[in-house]
Amino acid sequence: MSAATTPARGGLRGFLGSNRGREAIEAYILILPTILGLIVFTASPVLASLYYSFTRWNLLSTPKWQAFDNYIELLTEDPLFWITIKNTGYYVLGTVPTGTVLALLLAIALNQKIRFVAVFRTIYFLPVVSSVVAISVLWLWLYQSDFGLVNELLRLLGFRGIRWLSSVTWAMPAIIIMSIWHGLGYNIVIFIAGLQGIPQDYYEAATVDGANAWHKFLNITIPLLSPVTFFVLTLSVINSFQVFAQAYVMTRGGPVNATKTIVYYLFQQGFENFHMGYASALAYVLFVIIVSLTLFQFWFQRRWVHYEL
Amino acid sequence: MSAQDATPIGEARTTAIPGASAAASEGLTSYRVLHITWRVLLYAVLTLVGATMLLPLLWMISTSLKEPGEVLLLPPKWISIPPQWGNYPRLFDVLPFDLFLINSIKIAVFATVGALLSCSMAAFAFARMRFPGKNVIFAIILATIMIPFHVTLIPLFKLYRDIGWLSTHLPLTVPFFFGTAFGIFLMRQFYLTIPQEMVEAARIDGCSFIQIYYRIFLPLSKPGLATLGIFTFLGSWNNLMGPLIFLTKVETMTITLGLTLLTNQSGGRWELIQAGAVISILPIIVMFFIGQEHFIQGIARTGIKG
Repeated sequence: MSAATTPARGGLRGFLGSNRGREAIEAYILILPTILGLIVFTASPVLASLYYSFTRWNLLSTPKWQAFDNYIELLTEDPLFWITIKNTGYYVLGTVPTGTVLALLLAIALNQKIRFVAVFRTIYFLPVVSSVVAISVLWLWLYQSDFGLVNELLRLLGFRGIRWLSSVTWAMPAIIIMSIWHGLGYNIVIFIAGLQGIPQDYYEAATVDGANAWHKFLNITIPLLSPVTFFVLTLSVINSFQVFAQAYVMTRGGPVNATKTIVYYLFQQGFENFHMGYASALAYVLFVIIVSLTLFQFWFQRRWVHYEL
Repeated sequence: MSAQDATPIGEARTTAIPGASAAASEGLTSYRVLHITWRVLLYAVLTLVGATMLLPLLWMISTSLKEPGEVLLLPPKWISIPPQWGNYPRLFDVLPFDLFLINSIKIAVFATVGALLSCSMAAFAFARMRFPGKNVIFAIILATIMIPFHVTLIPLFKLYRDIGWLSTHLPLTVPFFFGTAFGIFLMRQFYLTIPQEMVEAARIDGCSFIQIYYRIFLPLSKPGLATLGIFTFLGSWNNLMGPLIFLTKVETMTITLGLTLLTNQSGGRWELIQAGAVISILPIIVMFFIGQEHFIQGIARTGIKG
């Protein structure tokens, strides 16, 4: 492509007649569905829900403007809101660090020259493809107090059974354990791909220099894997803040709100009580939390993510 | 650290084994012992984790084949003789599981086709064409990945109610024909690996860009399309929130939503509930075994991005 293809006369008609212009027209045709989708299914709803968050609205009447009332009520008068924030935080802190570390260790183990790698990988991956709903239904049964397999195992090991899902103390840990189990295989696969992307030369050179396995892990694997770790962490945090299905299927947010998460509360307020304005405000708070955490992670990554040694 | 030195000691090439470097000087016996201990430990841990992953799923199947009385036996029985296959047909009497399956397949297929078409088109423009506003539009699309679905939920619910889409499958399929941020990003990454010379050669032969897209890029990007297809299908099949909000009539429900209904309605009939769970994941598990490499490479591909 040379300058000769630019139009002699300027203006829109000249541009449209040129090669560059025809290219642009074709491009717009290709992205047209996406642009329409962006406007109809994303941008407008995002703006509309911002507007609704400043209104009182039960879906039947017209929304009534009431400025910041929803947000004020949410932040200062509604104890349930803070309980759901605390529960969601508990869930995120319970699942993300443990899940990431476990996945990393297992990925390293699977990345050794061992037999049956494919078999292990397949087995680890089975829960990932299963829906959270099916998995929750299964673990609802596993956690059952009297006949559940988990308590049977505990009794076998000489412990006493726990009333997992009907206990204020244990309901959230139960959901956390299950969710780690469910998502482990996904992160393992990502970490294995990352490990295989680290050039073998580094390890060979370190071996010549007399480094032991621990030093190699600390000084080669960890830093060179950090972009992948960053990806896993960012995605896990975004996803786990939106936890819903587990609570919906297993506990309905109970007992005594012990597993009520932000999204579960939003669902209740919006689609059980039809407080659409209030639910919109909740959605926006969730939105702000996720965006700030993501931006923070992107800012913070400069301190710990290495793209080369 | 330079990588130029070739390893003089052949043994040391088996990396990441503790004591491997010491072995050369201290003789082979202590190295062997360490090596074997390490391997045994490795297999033990991997097997233990494997059992933790597999046993609950096997328990799901085991429970689904029991008589009601057997379910509550202690200590638990793993294999019921004879297996109660009748639990599965019984499921279809309790709730219309046949409809649930058909609905789920229909929704997932349409969503997948929609995402493949719309995302591959847009991604091609963003990867290989020049047009005013390209970078801004692409940045906006990328930023939408951060928007939680729940922020758009209430206005979309109102929209679908107003145009009569509630309790139809349209809210769960039509939006996929209008691009998804993740899909566009994934396909664009894939297209960027196809050499630019192919575009230029085709241009010289007089192909339009749209022709280049469907004659060259679509056929060459089959692995990328497989990844996107799998993700979309899986996401659609496993989705709870969308169907829960948009589908209120029982006969329109998906299998995932139907399973929650079964759990609520069957009053502790664990053998039926677990049979429902098995049915709901069986199609996906079968797909996984057939296209395992695509699944796993797909996930790996989304992880390592440029």
